[in-house]
Amino acid sequence: MNITQILVGSLSVITLFSALMVIISRNPVHSVLWLIVTFFSISGHYIVLNAQFLAIVNIIVYAGAIMVLFLFVIMLMNLNRETEPQKNKWLKLAGVLSGGSLLLVIVAALHTGDIKAMAQVKEGDIGLIGTLGKELFSTYVVPFEISSILFLSAMVGAVVIGKKE
Amino acid sequence: MENVLQIVWLIPFLPLLGFLVNGLGRKYMPKAMVSIVGCGVILASFLMSIWVFIHVREGGGYVADYFNFIVVDKLKIPFALQVDELSSLFLMIITGVGFLIHVYSTAYMHEEKPEHFGRYFAYLNLFVFSMLLLVMGANYVIMFIGWEGVGLCSYLLIGYWFKNVAFNKAANKAFVMNRIGDLAFLIAIFWIIAKVGNANYADVIAFAKAGKFGASDITVITLLLFVGATGKSAQIPLYTWLPDAMAGPTPVSALIHAATMVTAGIYMIARSNALYSLSDLTMHVVTYVGLATAILAATIAVQQNDIKKVLAYSTVSQLGYMFMALGLGAYSAAVFHVMTHAFFKALLFLGSGSVIHAMSGEQDIRNMGGLGKKLKITSFTFLMGCIAIAGIPPFSGFFSKDAILLSAFEENKALYAVALLGALLTAFYMFRLFFITFTGKFRGTEDQAHHVHESPLSMTLPLIILAVLALAGGWVGIPEVFMKGGDKLSAFLSPVIPVKEGESPGHSTELALMAISTIAVLAVIAFSWFRFRGYQRKGEAQGLAKVLENKWYVDELYEKIIVKPLQQFGSFLNDVFERSVVDGLVNGVGRAVSYSSRQLRLLQSGQVGSYVLLMVLSMLLIFVLQFFLRK
Amino acid sequence: MPIVYYLYLSLALFCIGIVGVLTRRNAIIIFMCIEIMLNAVNLLLVAFSKMHPPKAGIDGQLFVFFIMVVAAAEVSVGLAIIVMMYRRIHSVDVNFLNRLKH
Repeated sequence: MNITQILVGSLSVITLFSALMVIISRNPVHSVLWLIVTFFSISGHYIVLNAQFLAIVNIIVYAGAIMVLFLFVIMLMNLNRETEPQKNKWLKLAGVLSGGSLLLVIVAALHTGDIKAMAQVKEGDIGLIGTLGKELFSTYVVPFEISSILFLSAMVGAVVIGKKE
Repeated sequence: MENVLQIVWLIPFLPLLGFLVNGLGRKYMPKAMVSIVGCGVILASFLMSIWVFIHVREGGGYVADYFNFIVVDKLKIPFALQVDELSSLFLMIITGVGFLIHVYSTAYMHEEKPEHFGRYFAYLNLFVFSMLLLVMGANYVIMFIGWEGVGLCSYLLIGYWFKNVAFNKAANKAFVMNRIGDLAFLIAIFWIIAKVGNANYADVIAFAKAGKFGASDITVITLLLFVGATGKSAQIPLYTWLPDAMAGPTPVSALIHAATMVTAGIYMIARSNALYSLSDLTMHVVTYVGLATAILAATIAVQQNDIKKVLAYSTVSQLGYMFMALGLGAYSAAVFHVMTHAFFKALLFLGSGSVIHAMSGEQDIRNMGGLGKKLKITSFTFLMGCIAIAGIPPFSGFFSKDAILLSAFEENKALYAVALLGALLTAFYMFRLFFITFTGKFRGTEDQAHHVHESPLSMTLPLIILAVLALAGGWVGIPEVFMKGGDKLSAFLSPVIPVKEGESPGHSTELALMAISTIAVLAVIAFSWFRFRGYQRKGEAQGLAKVLENKWYVDELYEKIIVKPLQQFGSFLNDVFERSVVDGLVNGVGRAVSYSSRQLRLLQSGQVGSYVLLMVLSMLLIFVLQFFLRK
Repeated sequence: MPIVYYLYLSLALFCIGIVGVLTRRNAIIIFMCIEIMLNAVNLLLVAFSKMHPPKAGIDGQLFVFFIMVVAAAEVSVGLAIIVMMYRRIHSVDVNFLNRLKH
């Protein structure tokens, strides 16, 4: 068991635990905070996989922009443990059971297929900013520009929806 | 024109034209014009038939192929007409007798309204067209078209007076019973096409002669054809429609239900003689069914009091004789009897029509009597007909009946004895009819007595012509024993119907048989003369006579064993099966759908959460199916 | 690392997201669970991109990048909708959103 495996293992534990805490926490603010932890640990995975660009983008976009947005909204609405609506326990049980059995089914399916492939860790340069940037601004330049239009329209949409009538 | 006979299509076409003109113009044309058109087209066909007959006699038969009627893959059914010895003879009978009956009808139907008068002649022309198509078709399919056409016309004409419910029922009965036979005929045609590849007579006969039919195939085909013939030609067990068919106008009975249509079965079997000769079983069936019908119908005729019913049963009986002849392989004798029967039975029917006409619609012979003095021509010609059917030389019936009896004798002595008994019964009931109707004292009402008159010339002239034919029509088939080469008919038909080979019983035996039958018939006539010359109305018939008067209760039997159970089965289906099972099923499906949709509606809660849950469950299901059940 | 390891990890993450969507009524939490699911997929895509080293992985990583872009746009619009809903009914409970029934 080398250091990489230990690193990946502990990151995985943190990811799963914090994701679970997202859905378990009664208080929405706690959920958001746990979600940020999740995103950071996923970024950690990206770093281990030597996908540095995505690790940075993940932190900036998700942990930075999106989660702040969530936090703002929750605080704006003043949501807390007391206002949190709760489903009845049978529905909760049904949800957990169906999600769990989905997990079970797919794990079983994966188990039957004997997969030998390995993922490169700590090496390879495809995840580096330079490599991806060249590709992004040559082959993928049109989608890239289109995504800026998408952002523009999303911004306009958010403003239109959000403004008082 | 490669052959002058190419224009034979005109023969059936002219009556069709007459049908169209009379049928479409019946509201606008006066009766005289309808009569001229109706009779004229038949006369033209008759003249053409004579011309064709002469040609065929000189130069043999001819198949005129006009166009392909049905083309399916390799199967080709051409619309082809065939004139040969057999069909040209039938052409002559149909158009000749048909013409006389048309002429007779102009007077007989004179009291009808112009519109119905036109309708009558239209049907009659359509009938002649169908019948001509039946005998002229060069394959079984064309024959079947004509076969169905005559059935339709028979139905239309039996129900001609359509306001009378009983007549309509009789028409339905005829139609339904014919359908039973037609189904068998149709299956036989399919069978032939399946085996031979087409339905042309020439090919089928060649196929049969080459011995390519399997033994069971040939038996089934011929039996099915025979069942078809029993429907059309009124044999056991499908004969009961014919007596009821007397509901139609009397000339119709003469033309359709005596002279022509009912002989279609005989024609069909004679046409298929090459097939029949291959199956001994079928031949025996045909023989015994024919004989049984002949005897059964004759016994019934003895006790009937309706002048037309007597003649109807007589027709059934005579048809039985013809089938017996066919079954014995004496095809030419059967055809010969068809011809002579057409003459004398048409004569008898038209004579009875004349009587009915004179008696203002009265058909019960118990109310007649002594008519001979007033209806001189009618009674004289009727007597000729009776003598002819009884079989006294030199009248035509003698020769044809003798030919049949002779072939029965060659086959089996007992068969001969029974057939002779039938012949004696025929003589008995015919002369009973004659004596009761035309001799003795008048038993009708004063009014009728005052009204009785001889029919006009257009009715008596056909009677006279037919009487002459009934006398002389048999002279084309004089047996060898009287005149060398006298049997011109068999010789003429020999290309189509091979002359039966086999040792003749010898001239002395033949003469003895003739003497026996003639003397016996004369004795029976004398007996009936003593019995019926002073006929008085009697009370209810008793014992056997009552059974006979009620036609052996065959109609009641059919009612009991076929119609009633079918009706009960039908009402069972209607009351029990339909209500509980079918309705239950249909309503149950409806209720189940409505119930389950009420339950399913609850799923449509509008809650996004529940939709997502269902989505996940469905995904789960798909994964399970995909990964685990596929293997 | 064996790829199976990442498969199990992202699968677990994805199922946690599903369970969250199914068990919570708060629209914002549901939204966050959707983000978890998206990230599970992203993680798997990145792991796959490292499976066949030289060139093939670049497309996969750019794909992940575009997913993030779209997710950001989606979050901005989605949160706007939630805010509007809160303004109307003063709640973020999805059980009030049952107009689909009608």
